[in-house]
Amino acid sequence: MDSLTIFLILLVLGFVFGKLAEGRHYRSIQAREEMLVRLPATSCKKPIGNSSPIGHAELVHGHVVISVDYFKQLLAGLRNFFGGTIQSYETLLDRARREAVLRLKESCPTANEILNLRIETSSISKGNSGDRIGSVEVLAYGTAIYYQQASPQHSRP
Amino acid sequence: MFVSNIEDIPGKTITTCYGIVSGSTVRAKHVGRDIFAGIKNIFGGELKGYTELLGESRDEALVRMKAQAQQLGANAIVNVRFSTSSVAAGAAEIYVYGTAVTVE
Repeated sequence: MDSLTIFLILLVLGFVFGKLAEGRHYRSIQAREEMLVRLPATSCKKPIGNSSPIGHAELVHGHVVISVDYFKQLLAGLRNFFGGTIQSYETLLDRARREAVLRLKESCPTANEILNLRIETSSISKGNSGDRIGSVEVLAYGTAIYYQQASPQHSRP
Repeated sequence: MFVSNIEDIPGKTITTCYGIVSGSTVRAKHVGRDIFAGIKNIFGGELKGYTELLGESRDEALVRMKAQAQQLGANAIVNVRFSTSSVAAGAAEIYVYGTAVTVE
């Protein structure tokens, strides 16, 4: 009986706080993406449609570790039984990737473009809870370039 | 030290190539962090302790790689790649590798 109560409490806590946290995170992601829309990130190795000389280039990276809540873990476990898309993990990975790219951009706000953006995902706490994902780490890295005519203080609008 | 993850340093030319350089670290957080992360796993959201841990180890690995390149006499590293693997629960290995070159 006790363990059932604890299980239900964890489930409710996970559901309520997980939902709140996800909503808050998505709002923050959207606001920051709008702010950083002028800094394009591409997976190409050469700047597209701009042949101005490059003054400076550097390696930049951003990363985040995000975990799913208890309720979604249970939901995913059920889904695993019946098969089909596990939407709770889809949103988890989507959030983690967008957050990692945002952090990468925030680490070089005056850059003109980011080349060769690569995103890497790894689950870091696999051992803790059987074969469930639990938490994922997403790392985004790329090369930030600064054009010569634009000084680092005044970036292109 | 110029570092990039494309085949060259934009705006510069490569003159000498020294071969692969790499750096790696394996790190774990203290138990308090692990317990906290366990609790956070119920509510969901970002695990700041682990984010910090991986950030520190990645910086450390980069520093080691750069030191190795410097020892060879290189002034740039191109085509850098990162890889992460979990060795045990709560510990992560970060490996960074690239090609050491001289640019002008």
